[in-house]
Amino acid sequence: MRHVISILIENEAGALSRVVGLFSQRGYNIESLTVAPTDDPTLSRCTILTTGDSDEAEQITKQLHKLVCILRVSALNEEKNGSQERELVLIKLPTPNRNVREDIKSLSDIFGAKIIDVSPETYTLQYVGSSEEVDTFCETVFKMSDVLEVVRSGVLGIARGNHYMHS
Amino acid sequence: MTLMSGAQMLVRTLEDLGVEYLFGYPGGAVLDIYDALLDSHKLHHVLGRHEQGLAMAADGYARTTGKVGVCLVTSGPGSTNTVTAIATAYMDSIPLVVITGQVGTQLIGSDAFQEVDTIGITRPVVKHSYLCQKATDIPKYIRQAFYLASTGRPGPVVVDVPKDCVRPSQKFEYPEPEEVHLRSYDPTLQGHKGQIKRITKVLAEAKRPVLMLGGGTIASNASEQIRELAHQFRLPVVSTLMGLGVYSGDDPQFLGMVGMHGTYEANQAMDKADLVLALGVRFDDRVTNNLGKFCPEAAIVHVDIDPASISKTVRTDYPVVGDVSRVLTQLKNSIEELKVGCDNQAMDAWWAQIEEWRGEQSLNFEHKSAVIEPQEIVQTLSELTRGEAVITTDVGQHQMFTAQYYKFTKPRRFLTSGGLGTMGYGFPAGIGAYLGVKDQRLPVCVLTGDGSFQMNIQELSTCLEFQIPLKIFIFDNSTLGNVRQWQRMFYRGRISSTDLKFNPDFVALAKAYGHEAFRIEKPEELRAGIQRALDIKDKLVLVDIVCDTDALIMPMQKGGGRMSEMVLRSDGNTY
Repeated sequence: MRHVISILIENEAGALSRVVGLFSQRGYNIESLTVAPTDDPTLSRCTILTTGDSDEAEQITKQLHKLVCILRVSALNEEKNGSQERELVLIKLPTPNRNVREDIKSLSDIFGAKIIDVSPETYTLQYVGSSEEVDTFCETVFKMSDVLEVVRSGVLGIARGNHYMHS
Repeated sequence: MTLMSGAQMLVRTLEDLGVEYLFGYPGGAVLDIYDALLDSHKLHHVLGRHEQGLAMAADGYARTTGKVGVCLVTSGPGSTNTVTAIATAYMDSIPLVVITGQVGTQLIGSDAFQEVDTIGITRPVVKHSYLCQKATDIPKYIRQAFYLASTGRPGPVVVDVPKDCVRPSQKFEYPEPEEVHLRSYDPTLQGHKGQIKRITKVLAEAKRPVLMLGGGTIASNASEQIRELAHQFRLPVVSTLMGLGVYSGDDPQFLGMVGMHGTYEANQAMDKADLVLALGVRFDDRVTNNLGKFCPEAAIVHVDIDPASISKTVRTDYPVVGDVSRVLTQLKNSIEELKVGCDNQAMDAWWAQIEEWRGEQSLNFEHKSAVIEPQEIVQTLSELTRGEAVITTDVGQHQMFTAQYYKFTKPRRFLTSGGLGTMGYGFPAGIGAYLGVKDQRLPVCVLTGDGSFQMNIQELSTCLEFQIPLKIFIFDNSTLGNVRQWQRMFYRGRISSTDLKFNPDFVALAKAYGHEAFRIEKPEELRAGIQRALDIKDKLVLVDIVCDTDALIMPMQKGGGRMSEMVLRSDGNTY
């Protein structure tokens, strides 16, 4: 089962290595991990996508909480009101001729993606959506065109409604 | 206002925290700290002979006193040598602060001389760690380290101090001590009220309850409260290896240790219980045997200060996160409030059943007339010291025999590496233990094996310098007994690398280090020999006791079975 774990962590040297170390040390899986400072620059928000049964997920959240540098931990997929997840993908494609360029442009319009960089030989697409939507977008692009490079941000998540993680 | 260097602030901070003993070893990165130490009259520096040994001495001090053990080592190999000791303290939740030197901040990352990523190497085995960036970080981080090491679930904390932070030429104002507050750390001490009420009820309704005690009960100093509860509810009491001593081995309600080499009655009681009240345990695999068959009929109440311990291995029916001692106070109030007591009729029947299991006398062992049985050594020592000595052990057969046959009457008197199972632990731990109980005039006995003792034998020198009058009893069977036992039982007797045919003459060796030493070889000399060692109060005495190579630790749980499925005697009678 898929678990999205949200963490509020001290923004200090070595803090992230404690989180990553905990996962490898205890044999947990990291599918994706994102981290960046919050509105309070002394804190970072980290979102981890992991897989495992519910016992394992419970242990992961407990073990994370035990780390002295971590302030808050929550499993977004267990939020009462549900949660919103977003992922961003950047795809660089070769554009050998006009036909390809037009096809890519119209595909990008249909999906609501953006072309954020253009060169005589390439387009770079940007698309934002849930992980599933990003998967679908990528698959569609891969069917239509050769691909030079794919960069995914990993999952970001936030609880719905009036639930929020505070410091 | 006197200004201080980082090194002076480090020393002053330790003084302000009430540190008596600093176990250490000097080196390049900590030269300035060692220079500042010369001006301290409050800190007693104990120079070990290897960083692993001195860090284990600090651990031993922590275990006997309940205070934080402190050590100071240099960068690089100085810090890597402490790693086994740190891991030992981590697994057994022992409060330890390890101050490590580091190369200057400008050199970090350049593969400088004696540089190692101490924070990285120790990360999986510490409760937390700090890398100082500037001199003024030192007092702050050391105070936080003490606070973290000694509160909540205790554990080791590393403070890495780069050389430029302790430079004598740069002086700062020493910050007055203030209370430590960390926004991201706030252990739960008080149990949940609703849960306390529920466990009061299940305790009163239980027909076959067992009180199971772990190391957390010692950390929480809950001995007295536990005795009261056990007597009030006539509870059979069992203990894990780490809990031994918190409940007196003399008390008729004590059934002994549980687990792989626990007593038959303790394991049977767990297996047949309808309620297991587990305090400060973590249900380690050496205790539970097959998790799928663990205590099939019991409701599990699990009280522990670490939420991550709860439902980690054994599924808990009534989890209570909190400090054992506080939770027991709450439980006592709740019992009075609800006016409940134990079901005496049910307890009569339960005790009758337990006495039957006790009748098996699972700790009886075979006496061969010509050789000393290792069990006898422990029994004799237990009698001669009336269960009151401080005992440290290494890991192996002698450790299990000590756990089984020494009747510990008080907590903080049994020091053993339970979680990590570290050979070489007992002797250096004894040094710290002795310094911790010095004023109580208790004998401190190191029970060790001929294999284990050689893993930190260099500390004989430390003992001479600091006049540490340990009584060292080597269970000398010329083999790595526990591994040999497994080779005999599970590897068709194929003895692989466990013979120790090239042991030194331990007696001559101890004498060479300047200590008293003698050998016991015959069973009839055992009692008088042990007494002779105990009678020499002011000197270290090493007693090399030649004992049975073929002794087996019995009883023993059958792997993969229920707790109660045990082999009782080495002749293979099974139950």
